[in-house]
Amino acid sequence: MAENVTPRVRAPREASAGEVVSVRTLISHPMESGMRRDGDGNTIPRSIINRFVCTFNGETVVDVTMEPSIATNPYFQFEAKVMESGTFNFTWYDDDGSVYEDSSDITVS
Amino acid sequence: MSLTRREFVGTSLTGAAAFAVLPSMGLAEGADEAIAAYTGGAATSDAGITLIAPEIAENGNTVQIEVSAPGAEEIIIFAAGNPNPNVATFKFGPMAGSQAATTRIRLAGEQDVVAIAKMPDGSFAKAVSNVKVTIGGCGG
Repeated sequence: MAENVTPRVRAPREASAGEVVSVRTLISHPMESGMRRDGDGNTIPRSIINRFVCTFNGETVVDVTMEPSIATNPYFQFEAKVMESGTFNFTWYDDDGSVYEDSSDITVS
Repeated sequence: MSLTRREFVGTSLTGAAAFAVLPSMGLAEGADEAIAAYTGGAATSDAGITLIAPEIAENGNTVQIEVSAPGAEEIIIFAAGNPNPNVATFKFGPMAGSQAATTRIRLAGEQDVVAIAKMPDGSFAKAVSNVKVTIGGCGG
């Protein structure tokens, strides 16, 4: 079970219409691969975030499917094109059914 | 997690043994199969996709890679030498500013990282980058 999962997002607050902005996200999560063994030789069960979605005003920017080969504390950097003011919504889906969310507003002038 | 020295040596040996045996069982073939399953066996071109990965990664637990394929619908990443070659699939939506992304992955050892882009016309583009890893990131 993942504890202290904290999403962090860095996106610009302001942009001009049609600008391509860079968005960075990081979420603290152990991303237990299911390959490791504990001291007694028992396999530590897999526990990862398996999907990450970023939307802007309800439309998809990027939708990432993740496997255990993604490093601890999944980090993503990508670009979005903003035509109007709105909100980025970020959603992470955990193997255990938890959903972590964050959002960031942007004003387009 | 507290490990005694004895336990640590024990698990390390088990892991090392697993890695020593597995490659000879054809991990690269596993990656080829995974790639074929994705492309449906279609031929891939080399143009239209860029994969930036370090030549040498000191720590296989976090290796930053950058992939870019202008106009692609999807980009899928494979690590040919990992126990499970699939790494991630990026699907780009209508609001994407570019078909590019940066992320951090785990690599078990020196191997090829493969990125395949699926274009809207159904064709595929492939980029391969060999990464040398000083310390594997597979937890064995």
